[in-house]
Amino acid sequence: MSDFRPNHNPDIIRLLFVDDEKGFVNVMAKRLSKRGFDVIKTFSGPEALQALRKADFDIAVVDLKMEEMDGIEVIKILGKMTPDLPVIILTGHGDENAAREGIKSGAVEYLTKPCDFEELVRKIKQVLGK
Amino acid sequence: MNQRSLLKNPYYRSLINKMVFIAIAVSFAPMLVVSGSMLNRFSISHNEKLYAHLGELVLKHRQNIDGFLVEKLNNIRFMAKSFDIEDLKNEKFLRNNLAALQTEYGSVFEDLGFINEEGIQVTYAGPFKLEKASYSNSEWFRKAINSDYFISDVFLGLRGTPHFIITVRLKNNGTPWILRATINFAAFNSLVENLRIGETGFAFILNSKGEFQSKPFFEVTHRKPYSFYESIKAGRKTKDGLFFSEIADDSGSENIYVASLIKNEDWILIYRQDKSDAFADLNQAKEAAIFIIFMGGIVIIVTSFLLSRWMVTKIAKADWEKELMNQQVIETGKLASLGELASGIAHEINNPVAIMVEEAGWVNDLMEDERLVSKENRDEIERALAQIKTQGKRCREITQKLLSFARKTVTSSEDVTINELIKEVIGFCAQRAKFGNVVINSKLQENLPVMQLSNSELQQVLLNLLNNAMDALEGNKGGNITVTSDLEGNEVVIRVEDDGPGIPKVNLGRIFDPFFTTKPVGKGTGLGLSICYGIIKEMGGEITVSSVIDAGTTFHVRLPFKKNN
Repeated sequence: MSDFRPNHNPDIIRLLFVDDEKGFVNVMAKRLSKRGFDVIKTFSGPEALQALRKADFDIAVVDLKMEEMDGIEVIKILGKMTPDLPVIILTGHGDENAAREGIKSGAVEYLTKPCDFEELVRKIKQVLGK
Repeated sequence: MNQRSLLKNPYYRSLINKMVFIAIAVSFAPMLVVSGSMLNRFSISHNEKLYAHLGELVLKHRQNIDGFLVEKLNNIRFMAKSFDIEDLKNEKFLRNNLAALQTEYGSVFEDLGFINEEGIQVTYAGPFKLEKASYSNSEWFRKAINSDYFISDVFLGLRGTPHFIITVRLKNNGTPWILRATINFAAFNSLVENLRIGETGFAFILNSKGEFQSKPFFEVTHRKPYSFYESIKAGRKTKDGLFFSEIADDSGSENIYVASLIKNEDWILIYRQDKSDAFADLNQAKEAAIFIIFMGGIVIIVTSFLLSRWMVTKIAKADWEKELMNQQVIETGKLASLGELASGIAHEINNPVAIMVEEAGWVNDLMEDERLVSKENRDEIERALAQIKTQGKRCREITQKLLSFARKTVTSSEDVTINELIKEVIGFCAQRAKFGNVVINSKLQENLPVMQLSNSELQQVLLNLLNNAMDALEGNKGGNITVTSDLEGNEVVIRVEDDGPGIPKVNLGRIFDPFFTTKPVGKGTGLGLSICYGIIKEMGGEITVSSVIDAGTTFHVRLPFKKNN
């Protein structure tokens, strides 16, 4: 986990990014931050859960296949900890079963890598009604 | 694969041969053993009966001949004992007695004579002039004078015709006299001649020197008569005094001989028959049996061959089907492994590609704030970033195809109006067709049922088929594509037909194989048609292709529907 910022500005969307591909998390965090998002980068499920205990988030973007804890499991725990937190799945493992399982576990959207960055931003705003 | 080509395999040919051999051996062995044993038993039984029958006949004739001789001897003995010497010296008396005998026995008695001890015929009654004839030097006389009675061999004698005589010795005051009767040869011979069986069976009599005592019906050739007589006597002897033997004559034909000694063992009565004639019935039975065995053999051979061929064909077919099934299982396994591999690769590639694309996006983001870069460099950097994005997108398409091939993309069924979908896809291709000098026509049947399937997937299939057709036509500097929809039975049939160069036959069978492509490297993954095949199969349909070189290619997509569709 890095760049943890507990201070909250209500106009800024607080986004929890969970992915074990560090390079991808870093570049996405930079780009999203440039678009005004407050991005908290986490590189595993446990890190994400730890971040969630320390701060509130408006939305989470979660990868499915991670080494320490599976994305589906993370989504299920997130759902239990903060039932109102919308989760978008962004994964390179875009198969039908995984998508179905993710949605069933509480995710609201499903996108596959490499995705159109603008589409991701649009989806986030759409989910949050902004 | 047809029956003939299956049976050309050396293994199956060898199997047929083995089965035929075993079937024939198993069938023939018992048949031959049973038939052979029966024939052998029948042959032995027939032989025994035949020899027994011939033996009986010879015994009967021996009794007849011996009876005849004894009877004639008794006639003369009766005369010798009944009448005085003086009566017998009376020629008239002798003639009267001869007449009486001839009246009683026909011409059996030829003449009568009364001979003194010097061998002079004192009185004679008969057709020849033999009064006072002297027999003192005759062999028979010497034997007759020393015996109470005597029957001679057949000889020519003074009259020059074959005959034999019966003598009885009388004594008058110690002086021996002989009463002699000549037996007609023809009468005696007829007794022997009566023994005739079949075409070649006849009887004759030999004396101990091997001389004929009767006239044989057929010529009896034997270089050494005495040796012949001895050969007959050397045969198998029964307790009834019969001799059985088989001797070849000069011509080499085998004869059966059944013989019996007669006339106090001076003569031998011989019955002879050609063996083939004697065994004619047996030979006929043998021939019939051989014919039946031969015909049975043919039936066995033909049946064995046909049955073996039929069974081996069944085995070969079963083997072939099993092999085909194995191949299909292996192929399916390979495809499944390939699908897993493709899926894995796609997933692994997606992450680095995503980073690459996003990094490019990030550079682009930064460029927006950068004022220091010259316009020329900015343009070049933006072009390079755009290229990175384009190639990233291309990578994404490839991984999507790989995932499609592995059937791991997200799909959902919905109501699809086929004609609308076709029009939509043709619309997508309009721009490319225009530049490629390709005309796309459509012949769509009205009122097709609404289908329940994945719209995006069917779209993907048609788009792929149209793109392939356009690829083929563009290489041919343009052409026509016709898309048709039809209703055939319970199927909606979509056909995509082009008038391009056609697909060589060698490629036609592999066209739906994954990674099979005829396009240049970098232009095709070889997954398009394989994915189409998988999608249509998943929908319960069928996709086939027909093509003629230089005439064009047609893809047929058949989609089944139910009334509730």
